[in-house]
Amino acid sequence: MLYFSKLRIIFIILFSVLFILIASSNLFKFDDSFFDKKINLGLDLQGGSYLLLEIDNEPVIEQKLQNLTTTIRNYFKEKNIKINNIKIDNQNIFFNVSDNDKQSVLDIFQDENSDLNPYYPRFKSHQLEIEDTGLNFKVNFSRQGLIKLKTSSQDQAIEIVRRRVDEVGTNEPNILKRGNNRILVELPGLDDPMRIKSLLGKTANLTFRFVTNDENDRFGVEKLKFENGLEEATVSKRIIISGENLLDAQPKMDTQTNQTIVSFTLDRVGAKRFGKATSTGIGKQLAIVLDGKIISAPVVRDTIASGSGQISGGFTFQTATDLALLLRSGALPAPLEIIEERTVGPDLGQDSINAGMIALAIGFMLVIIFMFVKYKIFGLITNVTLIVNLFILLGVLTLFEATLTLPGIAGIILTVGMAVDANVLIFERIKEELKDETNNILAFDGGYTKSRTAILDANITTLLAAIILFFMGSGPVKGFAVTLGVGIFTTLFSVYFIARLFTSIYVSRNKNKEKLI
Amino acid sequence: MIAFNKYYNHFNLLSSVLIVVSLLLLIFKGLNFGIDFKGGTLIELRASDSKINVSSLRDRFNQMDLGDVSVKKFGNDTDFLVKFENKDNKKNIIEEIKANLDKSFGNNYDFRRVENVGPKVSAELLKSGVIAISLSLALMLIYIWIRFEWQFSLGAILALFHDVIVTLGVFSLFSLEINLSIIAAVLTIVGYSMNDTVVIFDRVRENLRKYSDIKIFELTNISINETLSRTIITSATTLLALLAIYFFGGEILKGFSLAMILGVVFGTYSSIYIANTVLVRLRVSQKTVLREDDQNKLN
Repeated sequence: MLYFSKLRIIFIILFSVLFILIASSNLFKFDDSFFDKKINLGLDLQGGSYLLLEIDNEPVIEQKLQNLTTTIRNYFKEKNIKINNIKIDNQNIFFNVSDNDKQSVLDIFQDENSDLNPYYPRFKSHQLEIEDTGLNFKVNFSRQGLIKLKTSSQDQAIEIVRRRVDEVGTNEPNILKRGNNRILVELPGLDDPMRIKSLLGKTANLTFRFVTNDENDRFGVEKLKFENGLEEATVSKRIIISGENLLDAQPKMDTQTNQTIVSFTLDRVGAKRFGKATSTGIGKQLAIVLDGKIISAPVVRDTIASGSGQISGGFTFQTATDLALLLRSGALPAPLEIIEERTVGPDLGQDSINAGMIALAIGFMLVIIFMFVKYKIFGLITNVTLIVNLFILLGVLTLFEATLTLPGIAGIILTVGMAVDANVLIFERIKEELKDETNNILAFDGGYTKSRTAILDANITTLLAAIILFFMGSGPVKGFAVTLGVGIFTTLFSVYFIARLFTSIYVSRNKNKEKLI
Repeated sequence: MIAFNKYYNHFNLLSSVLIVVSLLLLIFKGLNFGIDFKGGTLIELRASDSKINVSSLRDRFNQMDLGDVSVKKFGNDTDFLVKFENKDNKKNIIEEIKANLDKSFGNNYDFRRVENVGPKVSAELLKSGVIAISLSLALMLIYIWIRFEWQFSLGAILALFHDVIVTLGVFSLFSLEINLSIIAAVLTIVGYSMNDTVVIFDRVRENLRKYSDIKIFELTNISINETLSRTIITSATTLLALLAIYFFGGEILKGFSLAMILGVVFGTYSSIYIANTVLVRLRVSQKTVLREDDQNKLN
């Protein structure tokens, strides 16, 4: 165990130097891109905001089912099957058909090539499930159908979230999917997430609809409140144009009225429809509805054929800017709810870094003094090993650009405390060996060999705990698992290669000395 | 040589009492779950005006109809930690609170940290915490079962349960907060305690092979003594590191490092006085390990 070949010595030195260099790239700037890596600081250290959003898919499901009732009715009409009493209740569609038609309805729903009810061969499942309750047919989304629906609304939502966050312009946001109905937004450096939160909290569903007094409007009507929550108006359900027709929206100052407004430009389809509606609707009030609330309802005075217009509604410059941003980035497919928020201010983050570094320095000093007092020359070897170990650990974290969190720093300090364990096990074993063995070299060899299983067992158990923490933990705790786990490997390397190398040099030079340890 | 085995019975009794008391505390007093597991809102606030203190803050927050509000000093005199249930999960609660505090205190305060955990998330976090701890105990059991004979596994696992339960018992007794980092601490304790036990067990097994004429009662004592200086040094350096975190690592790591300190102390104690006594009570002998050796040869 004490013999090292030249090649191995060179390897150990190169390896250590390499990682020390990588670790030091956190302090200096290297031109080489391989070395110019940095440990990422977690949100708890650099300050920032962590938001977990959940998509409320209920309205999407409702809307899809609503559309489906129309589709089903039209589909079977073509096939000369009459659908009766079709209604939606508790996310199920119920309808009746005559007894003669029952089998053909079932066949159509269960046909693998059906264009009414798509079949997913991979999951051996249809989008919809149909059941004959005896009284009527019950149709609802299958498990697979629901998953498809959720992932597609998640895909759309994450795109919109990304656009909105990008528009606000925070540095390096991190936007990730979680499960099939959640979105994680990490915003480093943002200490007041109020604006982003309010932007993400809005669906931004914009529609232009005429105000009507005709209760029997062909498309149906609904009573909607104004933004101020005081007035109400009856609005037709017929949508003239919606947010999808917008090409651009910008906040502007109306030079005539001195009001802040949002000006918008429509696409070709939208411009055509807007022109037609404004030409036939002169004198009528056109309500601009955002998320079920009327922003304003100006009276149409002229035909607007240019495909551009403006929205006024007592905006401040900030609210106009936000509305324009929301309109530009598009509507969310479903409302989002912020179900978890963690925000750390930058000065607290800096305080945490300082406290962590002081704790690390003090912990390190205490351990080093203790080991030196206890083992003298071998304590010194352990301490040098410990320092190299710390650098290699930082080097590995830097190489993988791992995220360092406050518990992660605690993990490093803990590694320092536990890293001496392996060396202590070896040294204590050597002491025991020396009781019956006069040959120093043989005693050291025996010490290394016989302590190996205990060291391996001890480190594997800690590693198991770290692995579980990594997979079960979130955010800061994950950072702890990373440093603890990586620390085990670097410790084993430094004990078995670096410390052993020093030990072998020292022992072979002093092999005839009595009471070596 | 220290006669650890003289006190096996005494300390077994003590441990049993500790476990029973801890379990009773856990059942009847329960744990003080933080917002991670209970849901709610946490605000860490720094004041730059001496008018802002625990009682004036409590007054203001109580007027805001937020449910149960707790206001505590956090570290030094200017930092405060405010927690409340936020039962209705109001959306713009932080802005409302800011507006309200501005009225009384002007601009003389600053929110340094805001955490808001919804009921759904907290339930999930609690569940995954429980799963993580159970999973780690199970994995340790499997690992030690592969590496050692079943009597050793039982001893190690009992020691682990002891450490986890008594540490949680102390947290319950002093109503210390259980949050995500405490779960991390408990998992690390599991790893550390196992580590400590395994080192002694490794020696017991070695000695069982070596001496056929020494009874397990004596043999465990020899093994404990042989590994004692390692046990003390490793515990000492780990405790030094943890004490550094506790005293200098900032308020946020206090609970975490305290749990770890307790865990290291209990873990060291249980390796000696629980894990080993199980071997004695199960009358482990040379045959136990030799039988295993034979089986390994056959395989």
